[in-house]
Amino acid sequence: MSIDWYPLTNSLRIAAISCVLVFFTGIFFAYYAAKLPRAVKGVLDVVLTLPMVLPPTVCGYFLLLIFGVKRPLGIFLLKFGVKFVMTWYGGVLAAAVVAFPLMYRTARGAFESFDATLAYSGQTLGLSNTYIFWRIRMPACRQGILAGTVLAFARALGEYGATSMLIGYTPGRTATISTTVYQLWRTNDEAGALFWVLVNLAISTVVLLTVNMLEARQKKAVVR
Amino acid sequence: MSLIVDIKKDLGTFRLDVQFTAENGVTCLLGASGCGKSMTLKCIAGIERPDSGHIELDGRILFDSRSGIDLPPQRRRVGYLFQNYALFPNMTVRQNILCGLCRVKDRGEKEHLLGDMLHLMQLEGLENHKPSQLSGGQQQRVALARILVSDPQLLLLDEPFSALDGHLRDALKIELRDLLQHYGHEVIMVTHDRTEAYNMSREIAVMDAGRILVKKGTKALFADPGSVQAAILTGCKNVITAWRAGDYTVEVPDWGIRLQTKQEVREGLSAIGIRAHYFGPATPQNRFPVEYVEEMEEPFELILQFRYQNQSKDSPPIWWRLPKDKRPASFPQELGIAPANILLLYD
Repeated sequence: MSIDWYPLTNSLRIAAISCVLVFFTGIFFAYYAAKLPRAVKGVLDVVLTLPMVLPPTVCGYFLLLIFGVKRPLGIFLLKFGVKFVMTWYGGVLAAAVVAFPLMYRTARGAFESFDATLAYSGQTLGLSNTYIFWRIRMPACRQGILAGTVLAFARALGEYGATSMLIGYTPGRTATISTTVYQLWRTNDEAGALFWVLVNLAISTVVLLTVNMLEARQKKAVVR
Repeated sequence: MSLIVDIKKDLGTFRLDVQFTAENGVTCLLGASGCGKSMTLKCIAGIERPDSGHIELDGRILFDSRSGIDLPPQRRRVGYLFQNYALFPNMTVRQNILCGLCRVKDRGEKEHLLGDMLHLMQLEGLENHKPSQLSGGQQQRVALARILVSDPQLLLLDEPFSALDGHLRDALKIELRDLLQHYGHEVIMVTHDRTEAYNMSREIAVMDAGRILVKKGTKALFADPGSVQAAILTGCKNVITAWRAGDYTVEVPDWGIRLQTKQEVREGLSAIGIRAHYFGPATPQNRFPVEYVEEMEEPFELILQFRYQNQSKDSPPIWWRLPKDKRPASFPQELGIAPANILLLYD
């Protein structure tokens, strides 16, 4: 029996691309939200965190409301050949929306505990704000940023609800590991479902082991 | 060479309203914590923005609310030594100091200046250490090295010794004082410690609730603080309400006595101060009967508390401090104060 590896490659590319997107947007919003006046910050915070507390299917419903092919934005995008419904890159959108709050909140926590005098002293020494951000603030917050990235990647990889709403399940086109597990189990292919469950377990284990190793190496570097 | 500061900023609980000029040498802002002295430094450095005002350094305008000038901290050329030194934890000593050389483009010159500074600050051999591996004193030296290589036109020191243990503190005070003597620009130091202020500075500005109460030469300030707050901040233990009773006489109602002064008493006197060292069992002037209350022993000195015979009940006991070996065999019947040692305090 030859195995169709499409769900694996599709899941990995969806998780990887959405993780990169969420990495930058999460950090961007976390950084600027910390600078906003309290009232605006409170509202923005609720809006940005909603996808985390809403059921993923509800997120998917909203995404269909916005990007559906009969909606204004969907029709507009279709003119450029961009369609988020029933395409693999629609999966990127769904995974990114659901994973975003994890990155945003962990990064914001890390930024809030950052010692502001480090940034101030960098400024008085003449370092540019960009240099200070990437070479001083980010390294100081790397534990939180790394944790947020991993959580976002894991969440994106396991995304099911919003993904199945937006891109459905088409073998060879939009199938991901999690939608495949459900479809195979639903059609009584228990062996197939178990196979993909094991694949998912393997990926998650590797990701977590890598993070632990990186953290251990970092600790060593600090002590040495 | 001078720094001119004239700023206002609303800080919620009080209003920062500070005007002063500083010339070459070390000027100290002395005040209790939360009086706005660190905020003043931050405004000068450009980290915080005053609501209005004017800051000028050697003729360069750093901030002026009327003409809308507000230079970013990067362009002010003001060195800021933070209380916790703010060394970048992810960088080595060498990388930290190189951050201070970010304005120098030529690599050879960079290395040259770095080497000179490492030598001057006795940091050779520590180049590849991380800040967390250094002692408190070494951290302070790295932070200073990083600031001094950037060639600042003004140096701000925020409680520079508060992060250090007592024994290190005295050694570093001498080290820093000597270093600052060779630094050709103004230095503003913030502290709540009167001894530090006395050790380090030529001039002291006393701050309270966002305002500068008085600014004068260090020795002159300790000799004549002029106001109640300044007397307390310079360590005067006995400050008591008093009023003018004559050109050279003050009445202290709570102590039930009148004292002769050397300085002429002006109208508007609100209190007097007497430093704990200045009572004397053999001093012939201003002698009054006293009663022993209690004592506290310090390593080398003794604090004896006493009351005047007619002192009112609610008035706290008076502090008399003397070296242990000068302790009288029995507590004296009377204590005197030289008229020159009575500090006249006005509002």
